[in-house]
Amino acid sequence: MGDLIRFRDDETHEEPAVTLDSFLEQSNATAIRLEPTDDPRALIPFLDRLSLIEVAFPKFRDGRGFSIASILREAGYTGELRAAGDILVDQIVPLRRCGFDAILSEAEIDREVAAKLAALYGNVYQKTVDGRAPVWARRSDPTHG
Amino acid sequence: MYRYDDYDQAIVDARVEEFRDQTRRRLAGELSEDQFKPLRLMNGLYLQLHAYMLRVAIPYGTLSAPQMRMLAHIARTYDKDYGHFTTRQNLQYNWIKLADAPDILAQLATVQMHAIQTSGNCIRNISSDQYAGAAAAEVEDPRPWAELLRQWSTFHPEFLFLPRKFKIAVVACEEDRTAVQLHDIGLQLHRNDSGEVGFRVFVGGGMGRTPMIAPVIREFLPKAQLISYLEACLRVYNRFGRRDNLYKARIKILVHELGADEYRRQVEEEFLHTQTLGLDAPQAEFERIAAGFAPPAFETGLSDDVDRSDPDFAVWLDKQVAAHKAPGYAIVNISLKPTDGIPGDASSAQIDLMADLAEAYSFGELRITHAQNVVLPHVRKADLQAIWQKLDAAGLATPNLDLIGDIIACPGLDYCSLANARSIPLAQKIAGRFGDLERQRDLGELKIKISGCINACGHHHAGHIGILGVDRKGEENYQLSFGGSGAEDASLAKIIGPGFSEDGVVEAIEKAVGVYTSLRADGERFLDTYRRVGEAPFKEAIYG
Repeated sequence: MGDLIRFRDDETHEEPAVTLDSFLEQSNATAIRLEPTDDPRALIPFLDRLSLIEVAFPKFRDGRGFSIASILREAGYTGELRAAGDILVDQIVPLRRCGFDAILSEAEIDREVAAKLAALYGNVYQKTVDGRAPVWARRSDPTHG
Repeated sequence: MYRYDDYDQAIVDARVEEFRDQTRRRLAGELSEDQFKPLRLMNGLYLQLHAYMLRVAIPYGTLSAPQMRMLAHIARTYDKDYGHFTTRQNLQYNWIKLADAPDILAQLATVQMHAIQTSGNCIRNISSDQYAGAAAAEVEDPRPWAELLRQWSTFHPEFLFLPRKFKIAVVACEEDRTAVQLHDIGLQLHRNDSGEVGFRVFVGGGMGRTPMIAPVIREFLPKAQLISYLEACLRVYNRFGRRDNLYKARIKILVHELGADEYRRQVEEEFLHTQTLGLDAPQAEFERIAAGFAPPAFETGLSDDVDRSDPDFAVWLDKQVAAHKAPGYAIVNISLKPTDGIPGDASSAQIDLMADLAEAYSFGELRITHAQNVVLPHVRKADLQAIWQKLDAAGLATPNLDLIGDIIACPGLDYCSLANARSIPLAQKIAGRFGDLERQRDLGELKIKISGCINACGHHHAGHIGILGVDRKGEENYQLSFGGSGAEDASLAKIIGPGFSEDGVVEAIEKAVGVYTSLRADGERFLDTYRRVGEAPFKEAIYG
């Protein structure tokens, strides 16, 4: 339910996502939903066979999902990473910088505003999982993306 | 001073654009107040009792004369001709119209200033020592590290929605002018036994309703690993800090509940991982930033002699001027605490004057202190008298640094929607009662800090005498505490007994001061006497 924006080219995953607990008990599911309190590192042995990890944002103020996503990408996860829940259009840029490549928002996202915001920040100060060259790298080598 | 390059400027300009659009959406009704709130807060815009309040960042409390003039210009153009310097080394405007806020941010950006992350549950403005680069005793200038952290923390995507606000201080002296142990993270540069310079890392200090002095979480962190270590500290907090209760959401509660050892273990485990991610900028980038803080071209061969023949000047000299590392130079403290004034307030004209003085006498540089005063960091001793005359003519030469009249006070119920009681009139009443500066000097260092509510913006927990305003059955009531310190001998003040009315608290302070003067040993400050004799004689005098 909600407004889905994907920043990947592959097909949308159709299989319903299971909880971390049921996945760890028996599941051979390929889609999983993490709550903010779940430990994403419990998934590290299984990352190769997961194609969707959905991370819950029960409230936009709850920023735990940003760390969860970063941890999963740092561990090498390449499948879809979807932020799902109460998400503001103004959070899409930081969500993407933490490795999310899909947003499932409860409220409709204004695409025009989202595109405008995404275009605003051509420069970033931090190295994150999105692979963008931080300003400190570009300063010494301006050819960096 | 560090100057923005094109990258820094582009990032600040982008923020202005973004906020202009957010404000437009809010004014057009596309954003609800609930949705707009976290966005405006990250740009330092609060909704107060009477108007919007805009908090402008003064990174590590350092600013240039043109930046200072811009603060005056904004006060004159968009506010009521004054600004309020805060305990976080920032500046607040109290009467801002929402529709003007984007233009104000745009004007600030023209002098490399912003209001980014001056509120909200994110990493706030980095604070530092107002004597940085001027104090003889520092290991090295802490500000390049503070600037590195300013850049790292600006829009850090993982840490924009922390459980609660997050304050970091960087200092490089053993003498602490920044209350480093009362920050979420305090970083103290020091030299280890092998002579290397690194950081002592304090985590989990803070004031608010549960004041805590931060434990040392790491005694020595190599400088080159600062960012990857802080990423670990913040990630543990972001994941496990409490989000169920606003009042238990600061990192101090996490560190306290886990215990310092367990928090340290979790951070070290995460640090093993973050070290592998290449998060730290290379040495060359640090050197680029540090070059921006190269010492000014101090003249050599200057005399250290100062003509003390004017007694009023001599009094000011002894109180407001501190030792500088360069021969023939001094550090000037400008008091924003005239006896009948509002602590930390300065008019546009005063702000302009301070900018002029900085330009003429201090290599164009100013500092803001957490005690809500202003510093000219690099002044020739030969110029001190001229500076004093100009300050005196503008009402900026009250010689009361660290005395009973140098009161820290939050804006309180006169402005703040969170406050339970007024702070400013009480500060004025106390300053008035002890208005005789000779008496103030006789009482010596005595730091009074007043907060109008439990959030403790006025640092009352760290006051030699701390005052907390509470609401008692609809009446303003003030709780009195003794024995706090925000310096290197950090301690938390303890409530002495039942609260008082505004007049009652002034009487109680008078009695406490009487106990001190009758019991003090040679050279003892109020705080020292209180620590030595304990609360009993004070309690007896006040309530007996």
